[in-house]
Amino acid sequence: MATDNWRLRESYLFNRQVIAEIQRAAREGLYDIRGFGAKRRLPHFDDLLLLGASISRYPLEGYRERCDTDVVLGTRFAKRPIELKIPITIAGMSFGALSAPAKEALGRGATEVGTSTTTGDGGMTSEEREHSKTLVYQVLPSRYGLNPDDLRRADAIEVVVGQGAKPGGGGMLLGYKISDRVAAMRDLPKGIDQRSASRHPDWTGPDDLEIKIGELREITDWEKPIYVKVGATRTYYDVQLAVKAGADVIVVDGMQGGTAATQEVFIEHVGIPTLPAVRLAVDALQELGMHRQVQLIVSGGIRTGADVAKALALGADAVSIGVAALIALGDNSPEHDAAYRELGSAAGFYDDYQAGLDPLGISTQDAQLASRFDPLVGGRRLANYLRVLTLETQTLARACGKSHVHNLEPEDLVALTVEAAAMARVPLAGTEWIPGVDHSSSSPR
Amino acid sequence: MAIASAAETVDLATAPLRELNQRLHDLAGGTPGPTHWRVLNPNGAHAVACAVDADVEVEIEGHVGYYCAGMNKRATVRVHGNAGPGLAENMMSGAVLVDGNASQSAGASAHGGILVVYGDASARCGISMKGVDIVVRGSVGHLSGFMAQTGRLVVCGDAGEALGDSIYEARIYLRGEPAGLGADCIEKELRAEHRAELAELLERAGVGDVDPGEFRRFGSARQLYNFKVDNVGAY
Repeated sequence: MATDNWRLRESYLFNRQVIAEIQRAAREGLYDIRGFGAKRRLPHFDDLLLLGASISRYPLEGYRERCDTDVVLGTRFAKRPIELKIPITIAGMSFGALSAPAKEALGRGATEVGTSTTTGDGGMTSEEREHSKTLVYQVLPSRYGLNPDDLRRADAIEVVVGQGAKPGGGGMLLGYKISDRVAAMRDLPKGIDQRSASRHPDWTGPDDLEIKIGELREITDWEKPIYVKVGATRTYYDVQLAVKAGADVIVVDGMQGGTAATQEVFIEHVGIPTLPAVRLAVDALQELGMHRQVQLIVSGGIRTGADVAKALALGADAVSIGVAALIALGDNSPEHDAAYRELGSAAGFYDDYQAGLDPLGISTQDAQLASRFDPLVGGRRLANYLRVLTLETQTLARACGKSHVHNLEPEDLVALTVEAAAMARVPLAGTEWIPGVDHSSSSPR
Repeated sequence: MAIASAAETVDLATAPLRELNQRLHDLAGGTPGPTHWRVLNPNGAHAVACAVDADVEVEIEGHVGYYCAGMNKRATVRVHGNAGPGLAENMMSGAVLVDGNASQSAGASAHGGILVVYGDASARCGISMKGVDIVVRGSVGHLSGFMAQTGRLVVCGDAGEALGDSIYEARIYLRGEPAGLGADCIEKELRAEHRAELAELLERAGVGDVDPGEFRRFGSARQLYNFKVDNVGAY
C-alpha cells in the first residue's frame, strides 16, 4: 500500500511486514507457520549466465542435432538403477500436505514425460503408486506409514535426513489436515497438530546411517537405489558422509526448497542457498572420486530450464522440483485471485499450505476442496511444464555445443555478482576472477 | 513361542548374511520351504533375519547387531543372546524374543506383533511405536516410549528419564519406578480392563510370574495435541 505523503519514511528494519509480524506474535503467542519456501532474495542461478558458443566453441544446430536428456540414477550398488528420460524429478511431497488428486496428478505428469515422483511424510498412497511409473519412497524420521511391502513396491528409496526449508527440523502437519485417512495412515488421532521428530528413531550419525542403509538393502534384496536427502547446510561434509555411508544418490535441497508447513523463522534463516550447495556437493563428490558414480540431485528454487542447465553445468546429475510443480498444477493462479483474497491472501502470495483451505484443492485434505482439482488436467499441465523445462535446458545446452545436457560444465558459466562467483566458483563475467581462488596458475579464458 | 529343534541351519561363519536373508525372503507369498531355521555364529551381524514375511521360526544362536528382525512380518525370531540397536524396528506382525538385553531403540516405530526382551532394554525403547506390544522383563533406558503413537509398552523393572515424552495414544505399564516422566506423560488409573490386558500380555510374553496388579499405567495427558500458547514451555 503506497502513501502519498512524501515526507513519511518507512524504517528498513521495522518495515510494515516486520511490524505486522511483531503484532501478530504479540496477539497469538506462537511462531508463524506457513508453507512455500524462502521468500527473501538469495544468490541463485539468476546470478549466473551461460556462455553460448561462437568462434572458440561451436554450437549444435538447434532442432536438428541431438541433445540427449536421459539420466540413470543409482548405478553404484543397486541391481535396478532408475532410468529417467529427463533430468528433472518431482520432489517428495506428502499425502497429507497434498490432496490425493494432487498426488495423483504429480504421478501422471511425471510418468507422461518419463521421470520419477516421490512420496512424502505419511506413506505411499495407492493413487500415487498406480499413476507413477517410477516412484521414490521416502524413509523419514516419523516413519509414518512405513512398511516393507511399500519398500518393495517402490522403485527407489530415499532416506530423508533433512530438507532445505528446515534442516535440523522435523515435519509438521497441523490438525486441520489430519483427516480420517491421514490419521489412519499415520497411526495418529484425528485433528491433532502433528509434529514429526527431527532425528530418525533408530540411528544417529554417519556410522549408524551406513548400517541403516545396509538394512534397507537387505530388506529390498539390493535391488533398489538408495538416495540420501539432506538440507543444505554443511553440504561438503554431509555429502562426503552420505557417500561413505553407502548412498547411491545424494539429494541436496537448498534453503529455497519448499515446505507444506514450517516455522517462518526456520524457512528464512536456516541453511544455505542452492547455488553454493551444488558447488560444495560436487566438490565433495569429486574429492572422493565419486562424481557421476554417486549421482547428485539438486533441489530448491528450480523454476526454468535455465535453472536446470546451470545446476547441471555445476555438476548435478538431475534436479528436483516441488513448489514449481505445484504452481504448474495451478497453485497461485491469477484466475483464482478472488478465492485467495477470501482467505486473506492473494494470487502470487498464497503460502498457507499448512491451513488446508487451498481453494484449488491441491494443499488440502478437505474432500470438497480436493474434488475441485482434476488430476487428469493437473497431470497434463505438469507434463507440459516438464517438457518446457526440458526443451529450455536442451536449447541452452545446444547453444553451448553439448550433445547431452550432462556435458554442460562450469566452464560454460560466468557470474553476474561477486557473491555468486564466490559461491559457484565461476568467474565474474568479463573477468578471470573467482573470489577465493588462487589465480597464480590459472590460464586466461 | 517354542521353536522346534529340527531346523534348517545357516552358519554365518561360512555363509554370507545376504544368502540367509535372501532365502528367508524367498519364502514370502507362501513359497514352500523350511519353516524352522537356526542361525549360528551371528557374531553381532547387522540386519539378521530382517523383513521376513512368512510363517517361520528363526532361532539365532548368539548376539546380533543392529536391526535384527527389522520390519518383521509373521515370523517368530528368537535371539539367544543380546541384540544391538533397532531390534525389530518397524515390525509389522509376528514375534521377536530376545533372551538377553537389547540396545537402544528396540521396537522403534513398530506397527504390530510382539517384542519381548527378557533382559533390559536401553534408551528409546518403543520410540515412535505404532501399534506393537513390547514387554521388557527388566528395565528400560531414558526416553522410552518417546512419541509413542499406539500399542503397549510393558516394563517389569524401572524406566529412565523422560518416560513417554510427547506420547500419543500408546499405553505404558511400568512395575518399577520412572526416573522421570517426559512432557505430556502422566500416570493414569489402572482399571480392571488394564489389569486384564496386562495379564494377557505378560502371559503371551512368557512372563507369567509377575503380578499385573503391581504395575502402574502411564499415558498422554493430551495437552500438547494442538499448539497452544500456554504450552509453549513444553514444546
